[in-house]
Amino acid sequence: MAMADQNASGSFRLSMLIYDSRYRSMTIQVIVLIMVVLGVVWLVDNLLSNLSALDKDPNFGFLWETSGYDINQRLIEYSSQSTHFRAAEVGLLNTLLVAVVGCFFATLLGVSIGVMRLSKNWIVSRLMTVYIETFRNVPVLLWIVFAMAIFIEVFPQPKAFRGDNATAHMIGDAVAFTNRGIYIPRLEFHEGSSFVVYTLIASIIGIFLFGKWAKAHQEATGQILPTFWIKLGILIIPALVVFFVMGKPIQMFYPELKGFNFKGGLHLRNSLIALTLALVIYTSAFIAEAVRAGIMAISKGQTEAALALGLRPKRVMSLVVLPQALRVIVPPLISQYLNLTKNSSLAIAVGYMDITGTLGGITLNQTGRELECILLLMIIYLTISLSISMVMNIYNNSVKLKER
Amino acid sequence: MKKSVFLGTLAAAGLMAGFASAGTLDDVQARDALKCGVSTGLAGFAAPDANGRWEGFDVAVCRAVAAAVLGDPEKVEFVPLTSKVRFTALASGEVDMLSRVTTWTFSRDVDLKFTFTGVNYYDGQGFMVRKDLGVASATELDGATVCITTGTTTELNLADYFRSNGMEYEPVPIETNAEAQQQYLSGACDVFTTDSSALAATRATFENPGEHMVLPEIISKEPLGPLVRQGDDQWADIVRWTLNAMITAEELGVTSANLDEMAAGSDNPEINRLLGTEGTLGEMLGLDNDWAKRIIASVGNYGEAFEANIGESTPIGLSRGLNALWKQGGLQYSPPFR
Repeated sequence: MAMADQNASGSFRLSMLIYDSRYRSMTIQVIVLIMVVLGVVWLVDNLLSNLSALDKDPNFGFLWETSGYDINQRLIEYSSQSTHFRAAEVGLLNTLLVAVVGCFFATLLGVSIGVMRLSKNWIVSRLMTVYIETFRNVPVLLWIVFAMAIFIEVFPQPKAFRGDNATAHMIGDAVAFTNRGIYIPRLEFHEGSSFVVYTLIASIIGIFLFGKWAKAHQEATGQILPTFWIKLGILIIPALVVFFVMGKPIQMFYPELKGFNFKGGLHLRNSLIALTLALVIYTSAFIAEAVRAGIMAISKGQTEAALALGLRPKRVMSLVVLPQALRVIVPPLISQYLNLTKNSSLAIAVGYMDITGTLGGITLNQTGRELECILLLMIIYLTISLSISMVMNIYNNSVKLKER
Repeated sequence: MKKSVFLGTLAAAGLMAGFASAGTLDDVQARDALKCGVSTGLAGFAAPDANGRWEGFDVAVCRAVAAAVLGDPEKVEFVPLTSKVRFTALASGEVDMLSRVTTWTFSRDVDLKFTFTGVNYYDGQGFMVRKDLGVASATELDGATVCITTGTTTELNLADYFRSNGMEYEPVPIETNAEAQQQYLSGACDVFTTDSSALAATRATFENPGEHMVLPEIISKEPLGPLVRQGDDQWADIVRWTLNAMITAEELGVTSANLDEMAAGSDNPEINRLLGTEGTLGEMLGLDNDWAKRIIASVGNYGEAFEANIGESTPIGLSRGLNALWKQGGLQYSPPFR
């Protein structure tokens, strides 16, 4: 049969897989794919046989056993009687807290510094250059440890606040800076407080609608309204009125020195502050450079044209340069958000209990389930990173150059 | 054709890559060095001295094993490990044994698949505070901030102790003893808790040890000892009987000073068996008959090692207490050399 096929023109022979340029690239790709798959199979097989030689089989049952350890910073209910799974959740929330707060402040700081570095004021632009070069060229771990050391060594101990001849004092009887963290007043919500919150939400919706109306108004009449002050008014005044009408349902709860520590207020642990601060200053230096690159990518002609039209320098920046610069800025910004989130796993250096500290630290150590814990950790970080990427890509699509 | 040969080779390579490991003893002898996991720096137990040479009570166990197996107590590669990574390091074969103030517990022995080869220090968890804190008992610690090494049994004991006494506390997790000292001395935590021997060792390194006190409560049993991977019984036997040889030597009055005299032969058959002038105990272990002699020549007997590193004449100043020989009312008791 094979002989018969050879005579027919265009028939397929096995050697054509290599000698016929139509099939060659396909053949090579298939071979590479098989090799990759075999490589992965070999690695997994090696792992499993090594594990069975150690008498360990992958098993996630430990997640539902009692953890037995305490965690200082808990955003959700947790005690040493909770499960390892719950401990992982506590850690995950702590990671997300640092990531969200860190990304927010890093963006604020980074954008301001990036813009200021381009300032025509010599001293401002030089200072910002020094800031950027200092913070982005020292490893972030050192910044984290350094920030923590400053917090521990510089601020007074809680007991320094005690007695008549106390050496340290609270600021306005409300805020205490100690070497265990910063204690600030806590808000306590009583009955009726929900109305204040609803009013606040309604105000925010109002601000949004007003912004739209103001824009339409400006496009229709050319009149520019002082939107910032009006928006601020919409935000504060109704909520304040409802707050007093309902008889002050939200109260401040001040921290007080009781026993060994301050109690009653909100405790911002120095591990949280040191970690967030270090990540913010480090990442903001990179963001500043991305912003500078974005702005410098806009040709000078755009600025000159805008100035020729009579726009003020501030408006040139906000109406002409920044919207165009954003499409250059956003892609590197995504990487910086991802970097910040992943760098937050250095938390254990200052004893901040993030997901790496709970699931990848204490749980791993107390249960001896290294493989399972690390695998879970990788999946979790991957999920967080991909989610950030996805959200930022949606945003990127909305600001990118629209070709019509 | 060539392709299938290649794939066949690849598949065969995949099949061959099983778990191939000779006994730990063979590995150590082939390497001519013992990899011993120790603390990252705990005065008296394991810390490098001014010349960078590792010294301490745990270190002595490592050196004893090296002396028995390799004939030279200096052929040890010390691997400093934090509490957190020590088990992974041992399980993965990065070290041959751990001698790292590690508590013998059920789950570590059974679930983590290790074999504890004895107890070189019977300990318990304690609390250290500054004297000016005005606390006399651990039951007064409600609301305190406590520095605690993560990945240890003390972390679990602490949670249990405060919960069963209805007290609250703020844990400050730390990785190494050095970090704990920094936090504790700067007052970032009120209390430092760990094994009381380690508290004494840490306090001894303070500038003013007199300003600090260890509270009277001992809240747990912490039998500390060397451990090896489960499944290599010969290696476990060597480590176990190295420690037992040190204890037995003390019991029989064999010291590094009178070793030569004793090794010349004595009227006590157990001394003769221990030092290899009678019987073949060393060969049964897969070593030679002088193994125990080398141990005692290098690190001394149990009592000598204790006194030299953590005993009352050292800055750490621990008394023998529970760690006295059984004949003196302590718990140190070696099965007979027979």
